[in-house]
Amino acid sequence: MAINPDLVGKTFPPSAAYEVSRVKLAEFADAIGDHNPVYRDRAAAQEAGFPDVIAPPTFPIVIAMASSARALSEPGLNLNYAMVVHGEQRFEYSRPLRAGDVVTAQLTISDIRDVGRNSLITTTTQISTVDGEHVCAAHSTLVERGGAA
Amino acid sequence: MSQQVCYDDVEVGTELAAVNYPATRLSLVKYCGASGDFNVIHWNERIAKSVGLPDVIAHGMFTMAQAGRFVTDWAGHRATVLEYGVRFSSLVVVPDDDAGATISVSGTVEEKLDGNRVALALTARSGDAKVLTKARAVVRLP
Repeated sequence: MAINPDLVGKTFPPSAAYEVSRVKLAEFADAIGDHNPVYRDRAAAQEAGFPDVIAPPTFPIVIAMASSARALSEPGLNLNYAMVVHGEQRFEYSRPLRAGDVVTAQLTISDIRDVGRNSLITTTTQISTVDGEHVCAAHSTLVERGGAA
Repeated sequence: MSQQVCYDDVEVGTELAAVNYPATRLSLVKYCGASGDFNVIHWNERIAKSVGLPDVIAHGMFTMAQAGRFVTDWAGHRATVLEYGVRFSSLVVVPDDDAGATISVSGTVEEKLDGNRVALALTARSGDAKVLTKARAVVRLP
Protein backbone atom coordinates (compact mmCIF):
# COMPACT_ATOMS: atom_id res chain seq x y z
CA MET A 1 0.00 0.00 0.00
CA ALA A 2 1.34 3.37 -1.02
CA ILE A 3 -0.42 5.25 1.74
CA ASN A 4 0.44 4.64 5.36
CA PRO A 5 -2.73 3.27 7.05
CA ASP A 6 -1.42 4.24 10.49
CA LEU A 7 -2.59 7.78 9.76
CA VAL A 8 -6.29 6.78 9.99
CA GLY A 9 -7.89 8.69 12.85
CA LYS A 10 -5.27 11.39 12.86
CA THR A 11 -6.61 14.92 13.37
CA PHE A 12 -4.35 17.73 12.28
CA PRO A 13 -4.09 21.11 14.04
CA PRO A 14 -6.49 23.78 12.69
CA SER A 15 -5.31 25.69 9.65
CA ALA A 16 -4.32 29.33 9.70
CA ALA A 17 -7.29 31.70 9.64
CA TYR A 18 -8.88 32.21 6.20
CA GLU A 19 -10.83 35.39 5.55
CA VAL A 20 -13.69 34.98 3.08
CA SER A 21 -13.74 37.99 0.76
CA ARG A 22 -16.41 39.27 -1.60
CA VAL A 23 -13.92 39.42 -4.45
CA LYS A 24 -12.95 35.75 -4.01
CA LEU A 25 -16.59 34.63 -3.87
CA ALA A 26 -17.39 36.55 -7.06
CA GLU A 27 -14.30 35.10 -8.77
CA PHE A 28 -15.32 31.58 -7.79
CA ALA A 29 -18.93 32.12 -8.91
CA ASP A 30 -17.65 33.44 -12.26
CA ALA A 31 -15.37 30.42 -12.65
CA ILE A 32 -18.26 27.99 -12.20
CA GLY A 33 -20.43 30.11 -14.50
CA ASP A 34 -23.00 30.81 -11.79
CA HIS A 35 -24.62 34.23 -12.22
CA ASN A 36 -26.67 34.13 -9.02
CA PRO A 37 -26.58 37.68 -7.54
CA VAL A 38 -26.46 36.41 -3.92
CA TYR A 39 -22.81 35.48 -4.57
CA ARG A 40 -21.73 38.95 -5.75
CA ASP A 41 -24.32 41.61 -4.91
CA ARG A 42 -24.63 42.50 -1.24
CA ALA A 43 -28.05 44.12 -1.65
CA ALA A 44 -29.40 41.00 -3.37
CA ALA A 45 -27.94 38.79 -0.63
CA GLN A 46 -29.53 40.95 2.06
CA GLU A 47 -32.85 40.89 0.26
CA ALA A 48 -32.61 37.09 0.37
CA GLY A 49 -32.07 37.27 4.14
CA PHE A 50 -28.28 37.00 4.42
CA PRO A 51 -26.05 39.57 6.18
CA ASP A 52 -23.63 39.73 3.22
CA VAL A 53 -22.88 37.89 -0.03
CA ILE A 54 -22.76 34.14 0.50
CA ALA A 55 -20.56 31.43 -1.00
CA PRO A 56 -21.76 28.91 -3.59
CA PRO A 57 -22.34 25.51 -1.91
CA THR A 58 -19.11 24.00 -3.25
CA PHE A 59 -16.89 26.96 -2.32
CA PRO A 60 -15.84 25.47 1.06
CA ILE A 61 -13.73 22.98 -0.93
CA VAL A 62 -11.29 25.84 -1.56
CA ILE A 63 -10.69 26.15 2.18
CA ALA A 64 -10.80 22.39 2.79
CA MET A 65 -8.31 21.70 -0.02
CA ALA A 66 -5.84 24.27 1.26
CA SER A 67 -5.82 22.50 4.62
CA SER A 68 -5.72 18.99 3.14
CA ALA A 69 -2.81 19.89 0.83
CA ARG A 70 -0.81 20.62 3.96
CA ALA A 71 -1.93 17.43 5.72
CA LEU A 72 -1.42 15.24 2.65
CA SER A 73 2.19 16.31 2.39
CA GLU A 74 2.64 14.30 5.61
CA PRO A 75 5.44 11.71 5.38
CA GLY A 76 3.91 8.34 4.52
CA LEU A 77 1.19 9.89 2.39
CA ASN A 78 3.08 9.86 -0.86
CA LEU A 79 0.20 10.71 -3.16
CA ASN A 80 1.08 11.13 -6.83
CA TYR A 81 -1.32 13.93 -7.70
CA ALA A 82 -1.30 13.26 -11.44
CA MET A 83 -2.86 9.88 -10.50
CA VAL A 84 -5.39 11.34 -8.06
CA VAL A 85 -9.04 11.83 -8.97
CA HIS A 86 -11.93 12.82 -6.75
CA GLY A 87 -14.06 9.87 -5.64
CA GLU A 88 -16.77 11.37 -3.46
CA GLN A 89 -17.62 14.68 -1.90
CA ARG A 90 -20.25 15.62 0.61
CA PHE A 91 -20.94 18.84 2.53
CA GLU A 92 -23.09 19.40 5.60
CA TYR A 93 -23.78 23.05 6.28
CA SER A 94 -24.68 24.69 9.59
CA ARG A 95 -25.18 27.90 7.63
CA PRO A 96 -23.96 29.40 4.34
CA LEU A 97 -20.37 30.61 4.38
CA ARG A 98 -20.35 34.37 3.73
CA ALA A 99 -18.10 37.31 3.05
CA GLY A 100 -16.42 38.55 6.20
CA ASP A 101 -16.24 35.12 7.82
CA VAL A 102 -12.84 34.34 9.27
CA VAL A 103 -12.58 30.57 9.48
CA THR A 104 -10.18 27.76 10.21
CA ALA A 105 -10.28 24.24 8.83
CA GLN A 106 -9.45 21.13 10.82
CA LEU A 107 -8.83 17.91 8.96
CA THR A 108 -9.20 14.33 10.19
CA ILE A 109 -8.17 11.32 8.12
CA SER A 110 -11.14 9.00 8.55
CA ASP A 111 -10.20 6.11 6.27
CA ILE A 112 -7.40 4.76 4.09
CA ARG A 113 -7.91 1.59 2.10
CA ASP A 114 -7.15 -0.16 -1.14
CA VAL A 115 -9.90 -1.09 -3.57
CA GLY A 116 -8.57 -3.19 -6.41
CA ARG A 117 -5.57 -1.38 -7.82
CA ASN A 118 -6.57 1.97 -6.33
CA SER A 119 -5.93 3.57 -2.95
CA LEU A 120 -8.72 5.55 -1.33
CA ILE A 121 -8.23 8.21 1.30
CA THR A 122 -11.24 9.72 3.06
CA THR A 123 -11.02 12.90 5.09
CA THR A 124 -13.38 15.14 7.02
CA THR A 125 -12.66 18.84 7.31
CA GLN A 126 -14.56 20.88 9.89
CA ILE A 127 -14.78 24.55 8.99
CA SER A 128 -15.62 26.93 11.85
CA THR A 129 -15.27 30.65 12.45
CA VAL A 130 -12.44 31.79 14.69
CA ASP A 131 -15.19 32.57 17.23
CA GLY A 132 -16.09 28.88 17.29
CA GLU A 133 -19.28 28.90 15.19
CA HIS A 134 -19.51 25.77 13.04
CA VAL A 135 -20.13 26.55 9.37
CA CYS A 136 -19.60 23.39 7.37
CA ALA A 137 -18.21 19.86 7.32
CA ALA A 138 -16.59 18.66 4.11
CA HIS A 139 -16.18 14.89 3.61
CA SER A 140 -13.84 13.99 0.74
CA THR A 141 -12.67 10.74 -0.79
CA LEU A 142 -9.65 10.93 -3.08
CA VAL A 143 -8.69 8.02 -5.32
CA GLU A 144 -5.08 7.38 -6.23
CA ARG A 145 -5.34 5.35 -9.44
CA GLY A 146 -2.94 2.44 -9.35
CA GLY A 147 -1.88 3.46 -5.83
CA ALA A 148 -2.29 -0.07 -4.49
CA ALA A 149 -0.41 -1.71 -7.34
CA MET B 1 -33.96 32.34 -10.87
CA SER B 2 -36.36 35.04 -9.76
CA GLN B 3 -39.04 32.49 -8.98
CA GLN B 4 -39.16 31.26 -5.40
CA VAL B 5 -40.17 27.68 -4.71
CA CYS B 6 -42.12 27.21 -1.48
CA TYR B 7 -42.17 24.05 0.61
CA ASP B 8 -45.95 23.72 0.50
CA ASP B 9 -45.97 23.80 -3.31
CA VAL B 10 -43.40 21.04 -3.76
CA GLU B 11 -44.57 17.52 -4.58
CA VAL B 12 -42.57 14.35 -4.16
CA GLY B 13 -41.80 12.76 -7.52
CA THR B 14 -41.74 16.02 -9.47
CA GLU B 15 -39.13 15.84 -12.21
CA LEU B 16 -36.90 18.85 -12.70
CA ALA B 17 -36.09 19.35 -16.38
CA ALA B 18 -32.50 18.88 -17.52
CA VAL B 19 -30.22 21.88 -17.91
CA ASN B 20 -27.02 21.74 -19.98
CA TYR B 21 -23.85 23.37 -18.69
CA PRO B 22 -20.73 23.78 -20.84
CA ALA B 23 -17.24 22.77 -19.68
CA THR B 24 -14.52 24.12 -21.95
CA ARG B 25 -10.75 24.28 -21.54
CA LEU B 26 -11.25 27.92 -20.55
CA SER B 27 -13.73 26.89 -17.84
CA LEU B 28 -11.13 24.54 -16.39
CA VAL B 29 -8.35 27.13 -16.45
CA LYS B 30 -10.64 29.59 -14.68
CA TYR B 31 -11.63 26.92 -12.16
CA CYS B 32 -7.95 26.11 -11.51
CA GLY B 33 -7.28 29.76 -10.71
CA ALA B 34 -10.39 30.37 -8.61
CA SER B 35 -10.15 27.12 -6.63
CA GLY B 36 -6.38 26.79 -6.30
CA ASP B 37 -6.55 23.23 -7.70
CA PHE B 38 -3.83 23.25 -10.35
CA ASN B 39 -3.58 19.47 -10.75
CA VAL B 40 -1.97 19.08 -14.19
CA ILE B 41 -4.61 16.60 -15.38
CA HIS B 42 -7.04 19.53 -15.59
CA TRP B 43 -4.96 21.64 -18.00
CA ASN B 44 -2.08 19.66 -19.50
CA GLU B 45 -3.13 17.23 -22.22
CA ARG B 46 0.39 15.80 -22.57
CA ILE B 47 0.62 14.79 -18.91
CA ALA B 48 -3.06 13.73 -18.73
CA LYS B 49 -2.48 11.28 -21.58
CA SER B 50 0.85 10.11 -20.15
CA VAL B 51 -0.94 8.97 -16.95
CA GLY B 52 -3.54 7.00 -18.91
CA LEU B 53 -6.38 9.50 -19.15
CA PRO B 54 -8.15 9.97 -22.51
CA ASP B 55 -7.55 13.74 -22.44
CA VAL B 56 -7.73 16.66 -20.02
CA ILE B 57 -10.56 16.03 -17.54
CA ALA B 58 -12.75 18.48 -15.64
CA HIS B 59 -12.28 18.89 -11.92
CA GLY B 60 -14.84 16.74 -10.12
CA MET B 61 -15.64 19.84 -8.11
CA PHE B 62 -16.42 21.76 -11.32
CA THR B 63 -19.03 19.14 -12.19
CA MET B 64 -20.34 19.18 -8.64
CA ALA B 65 -20.59 22.97 -8.85
CA GLN B 66 -22.77 22.70 -12.00
CA ALA B 67 -25.17 20.33 -10.26
CA GLY B 68 -25.09 22.74 -7.30
CA ARG B 69 -26.18 25.56 -9.61
CA PHE B 70 -29.01 23.38 -10.80
CA VAL B 71 -30.19 22.98 -7.19
CA THR B 72 -29.88 26.62 -6.15
CA ASP B 73 -31.43 27.94 -9.40
CA TRP B 74 -34.40 25.66 -8.80
CA ALA B 75 -34.68 26.37 -5.07
CA GLY B 76 -34.49 30.18 -5.34
CA HIS B 77 -32.69 32.87 -3.35
CA ARG B 78 -34.50 32.34 -0.09
CA ALA B 79 -33.64 28.67 0.10
CA THR B 80 -30.67 27.37 2.08
CA VAL B 81 -28.61 24.33 1.11
CA LEU B 82 -28.19 22.08 4.17
CA GLU B 83 -26.50 19.02 2.66
CA TYR B 84 -25.01 18.28 -0.71
CA GLY B 85 -23.12 15.14 -1.69
CA VAL B 86 -22.06 13.28 -4.83
CA ARG B 87 -20.03 10.34 -6.04
CA PHE B 88 -17.88 10.98 -9.11
CA SER B 89 -18.66 7.95 -11.24
CA SER B 90 -17.12 8.84 -14.56
CA LEU B 91 -14.66 11.36 -15.97
CA VAL B 92 -15.80 14.49 -17.80
CA VAL B 93 -13.37 14.55 -20.72
CA VAL B 94 -12.86 18.06 -22.11
CA PRO B 95 -11.54 18.15 -25.68
CA ASP B 96 -9.45 21.04 -27.00
CA ASP B 97 -12.15 22.58 -29.19
CA ASP B 98 -14.61 25.45 -28.97
CA ALA B 99 -17.52 23.38 -27.65
CA GLY B 100 -15.71 21.42 -24.95
CA ALA B 101 -17.91 19.02 -22.99
CA THR B 102 -21.53 19.36 -21.90
CA ILE B 103 -22.70 18.43 -18.42
CA SER B 104 -26.42 17.74 -18.39
CA VAL B 105 -28.05 17.88 -14.96
CA SER B 106 -31.58 16.81 -14.07
CA GLY B 107 -33.31 16.02 -10.81
CA THR B 108 -36.28 14.63 -8.95
CA VAL B 109 -37.95 15.72 -5.74
CA GLU B 110 -37.14 12.65 -3.69
CA GLU B 111 -38.51 13.40 -0.27
CA LYS B 112 -40.20 16.06 1.83
CA LEU B 113 -38.77 16.22 5.34
CA ASP B 114 -39.73 18.08 8.50
CA GLY B 115 -38.51 21.61 9.08
CA ASN B 116 -39.39 22.69 5.51
CA ARG B 117 -36.60 20.50 4.14
CA VAL B 118 -36.73 18.93 0.69
CA ALA B 119 -34.35 16.27 -0.65
CA LEU B 120 -33.50 16.27 -4.35
CA ALA B 121 -31.97 13.35 -6.23
CA LEU B 122 -29.72 14.59 -9.03
CA THR B 123 -28.39 13.05 -12.20
CA ALA B 124 -25.48 14.42 -14.23
CA ARG B 125 -24.40 13.09 -17.60
CA SER B 126 -21.68 13.97 -20.06
CA GLY B 127 -22.00 12.26 -23.42
CA ASP B 128 -23.14 8.71 -22.72
CA ALA B 129 -21.67 8.56 -19.23
CA LYS B 130 -23.33 9.19 -15.90
CA VAL B 131 -20.71 11.44 -14.30
CA LEU B 132 -22.35 11.76 -10.86
CA THR B 133 -24.12 9.06 -8.90
CA LYS B 134 -25.58 9.12 -5.38
CA ALA B 135 -25.99 12.86 -5.96
CA ARG B 136 -28.35 14.35 -3.43
CA ALA B 137 -29.04 17.75 -1.96
CA VAL B 138 -31.20 18.77 0.97
CA VAL B 139 -32.49 22.35 0.94
CA ARG B 140 -34.64 24.31 3.33
CA LEU B 141 -37.38 26.19 1.54
CA PRO B 142 -39.51 29.08 2.75
